[in-house]
Amino acid sequence: MTETTLNLKLKVWRQKNPEDKGHFETYQAERISTDMSFLEMLDVVNEKLILDGKEPIAFEHDCREGICGSCGAVVNGLAHGPQKGTTLCQLHMRHFKDGQTLVIEPFRAKAFPVLKDLVVDRSALERIIEAGGYISVNTGSAPEANNLPVPPQNSELSMDAAACIGCGACVAACPNASAMLFVGAKISHLVLLPQGKPEAARRALSLLRKMDELGFGNCSNERECEAVCPKEISISNIARFNREFIKASFGSTEE
Amino acid sequence: MKLDSKIPGGPLESKWDRYRFELKLVNPANKRKFEIIVVGTGLAGASASASLAELGYSVKTFCIHDTARRAHSIAAQGGINAAKNYPGDGDSIQRLFYDTIKGGDFRAREANVYRLAQISNQIIDQCVAQGVPFAREYAGLLSNRSFGGAQVSRTFYARGQTGQQLLLGAYGAMMRQVNAGRVTMFPRRDLVDLVVINGQARGIVVRNLVTGELESYAAHAVVLATGGYGNVFYLSTNGASSNVNAAWRAYKNGALFANPSFTQIHPTCIPVHGTYQSKLTLMSESLRNDGRVWVPKNPGDTRPPDRIPESERNYFLESKYPSFGNLVPRDVASRNVKQVCDQGLGVGPTKYAVYLDLRDAIRRDGVAVVQKKYGNLFQMYERITGQSPWELPMMIYPAVHYTMGGLWVDYDLMSNIPGLFVLGECNFSDHGANRLGASALMQGLADGYFIIPYTIGGYLAGTRIPDVGQDHDAFKESINQVSKILERLLSIRGNHTPSYFHRELGRILWEYVGMSRDEVGMTKAKEMISRLRDEFWQSLTVPGSRKDLNQTLERANRVTDFLEFAELMVDDALSREESCGCHFNVAFQTQEHEALRMDETCSYVAAWEYQGEGKAAALHREPLRFEYVELATRSYK
Repeated sequence: MTETTLNLKLKVWRQKNPEDKGHFETYQAERISTDMSFLEMLDVVNEKLILDGKEPIAFEHDCREGICGSCGAVVNGLAHGPQKGTTLCQLHMRHFKDGQTLVIEPFRAKAFPVLKDLVVDRSALERIIEAGGYISVNTGSAPEANNLPVPPQNSELSMDAAACIGCGACVAACPNASAMLFVGAKISHLVLLPQGKPEAARRALSLLRKMDELGFGNCSNERECEAVCPKEISISNIARFNREFIKASFGSTEE
Repeated sequence: MKLDSKIPGGPLESKWDRYRFELKLVNPANKRKFEIIVVGTGLAGASASASLAELGYSVKTFCIHDTARRAHSIAAQGGINAAKNYPGDGDSIQRLFYDTIKGGDFRAREANVYRLAQISNQIIDQCVAQGVPFAREYAGLLSNRSFGGAQVSRTFYARGQTGQQLLLGAYGAMMRQVNAGRVTMFPRRDLVDLVVINGQARGIVVRNLVTGELESYAAHAVVLATGGYGNVFYLSTNGASSNVNAAWRAYKNGALFANPSFTQIHPTCIPVHGTYQSKLTLMSESLRNDGRVWVPKNPGDTRPPDRIPESERNYFLESKYPSFGNLVPRDVASRNVKQVCDQGLGVGPTKYAVYLDLRDAIRRDGVAVVQKKYGNLFQMYERITGQSPWELPMMIYPAVHYTMGGLWVDYDLMSNIPGLFVLGECNFSDHGANRLGASALMQGLADGYFIIPYTIGGYLAGTRIPDVGQDHDAFKESINQVSKILERLLSIRGNHTPSYFHRELGRILWEYVGMSRDEVGMTKAKEMISRLRDEFWQSLTVPGSRKDLNQTLERANRVTDFLEFAELMVDDALSREESCGCHFNVAFQTQEHEALRMDETCSYVAAWEYQGEGKAAALHREPLRFEYVELATRSYK
């Protein structure tokens, strides 16, 4: 932890509400410690704006340890910024250079309307999960846990997919604004486990239909989603989703 | 006021069974006529929403985030306890019960804790059935690891993301009920008031965080599952939106606040490094399975840790507590870390840190094994500090993590306000004066999946609850009052931001009501808090309007309650004339600097009652009776 400080120029997207056209505004971020996180740098800028009687930059955040999925913005063209496998809250200023200009924009996608500044409405992802992204089991009706052995390699692959934090960076990075990585991760998480098999066909069909209905695009193998995913979720999950969808479409009685 | 904990009679093992049998039931056809409000969607709130909706109740669920899945339960790393005894190492319901009571330094109710231990096994079954990808052995059976305060392996885990996986399970179960039309979700809502009509909890007023509108919702019962208040210290491991508002506003409406000074300070967190810092990050307790905590024997030894030979290292936990070693409970570990740093033996730039060293485990088990167990934690440490734990030991220091205190509840998990139920970290019930690792997840899910579905039925079936709509005057009155507070916050136009006051408050509490407390300091803290509160109302500034997405106003509104609540915390700490668990009053310690309990006078739950603006709160004591465990001096030696 050797601390030095930076001076940066920020070009930040400001938009009052969903109807507002929005514009970039320029701010100076001065004497920023390299030990700060990106969001702590924005805190410093905001504290100054508040003291000047101006509205601070609205942005979402909560856990600030990379797990809740609240935060996210596009920094110099990259969702969650330049550091691989890192959420914006875990991106530290030591990865930037003194005098650098940072362009900070909200996640943009048809299905994610901007609410204010960097805050977007990602509730479309909720609608997808609601449509069947779970295993239907009522409380109290579960069998003894060890009656159902799960090969550890399946459990590990399932966990790799289940690590998705639902931040929406994959959608923001995709030229088609597709949610295939998000949906593929959920499908994989559940279908790799024996308890997720009975509903596999119905789940694959209903999640895909809901995704289409909400205005997300389809996958054209650009791999941008995988590149920006802060949890480094593999696009092999999209392939698994496609297989599940084909099986469900041709090999099952689900409508 | 008489506090009736409603602990059923009879033998400990059969209390819950018999109590459930005696509870009245709601006819299945009538359930949908009952509206239940659930506030909060962490493990407790999401599991309660799902289970209540499955039974057929009409549920309205509120959360502060844009989606229920972001509640702070998601950040729990290490695991969840259960008494399955899969490793065959001597665990049992009785042992989990005893470890939890002892870990809490004998300041929790026997009956509640026993019930928790009984339910623990069902939770694991439920979570596995939902598709929680727990760690497994080669044959595909579930794997366990050890946590502090226990000598058996009873912790189930999903890498370092157990909380996330359990929450996604509960969230999925709840979303299934949203799809079925039995749960209506209200995201981006901040609870601003509890509405009590004719002595019953009948609804809430929330602020819509996008439009700024104040909205009223009426119901037959209200369930609060709004988490803990560790953020009163400003720096904590909590998420930024974790707050005390819901609990505090229930308190101001007559709910009792129990043991508010019981705050857990977690030993293994990344040390503070700058004044701009917004949060502290926990490194999972599971690291203490293999990690060894040490400082150099000689003060002022500035050599890098890998150059300090074995003979010049002080493994202070191992030498002081040979039987539990590095796995002593959190309060004991934290206190010892503070002691060695106060003695000038600390390391790092601030000297307020100790080493947590996995070198021996890496040598013994190899990189691959350590990578599998702790890889993501190592990565997280390196991301934050820029230093790789593969090369040099981690540096850690204690940080505020969890609050054992919370709203007072009886055996039904109902507060003293009929119809107000409180679950999870928000209540005070099961952890006494110190919570053991991996027990918070267990409690949140026990409350939501397996307790509230029974006890709320008993209340609804056995109580006359008149029809009340959200047009009732009590809602209008509440909206008026809340509007006035918000207007006032916006109109001061002073020269300090809400964060400034929050940071100052945190400094006071950490210094005087943190890991070690004394009367002079606490009395001083009370005055300082009161002065800071006056300053807040004179020199705060909040730009923007209240009819808009206004994050500064949200923050100011939270700090308002923290500033009031902090004083109750100090009152509670001052009134408890003993040391127990996390509460270490320097006037009460053994010769070896361990907590000295005063069981004769202090074996009680402190339940505080609001007496009105500017008046001192009234203290009610619920005596704790121990019929099954013998009160012993806690020893981990």
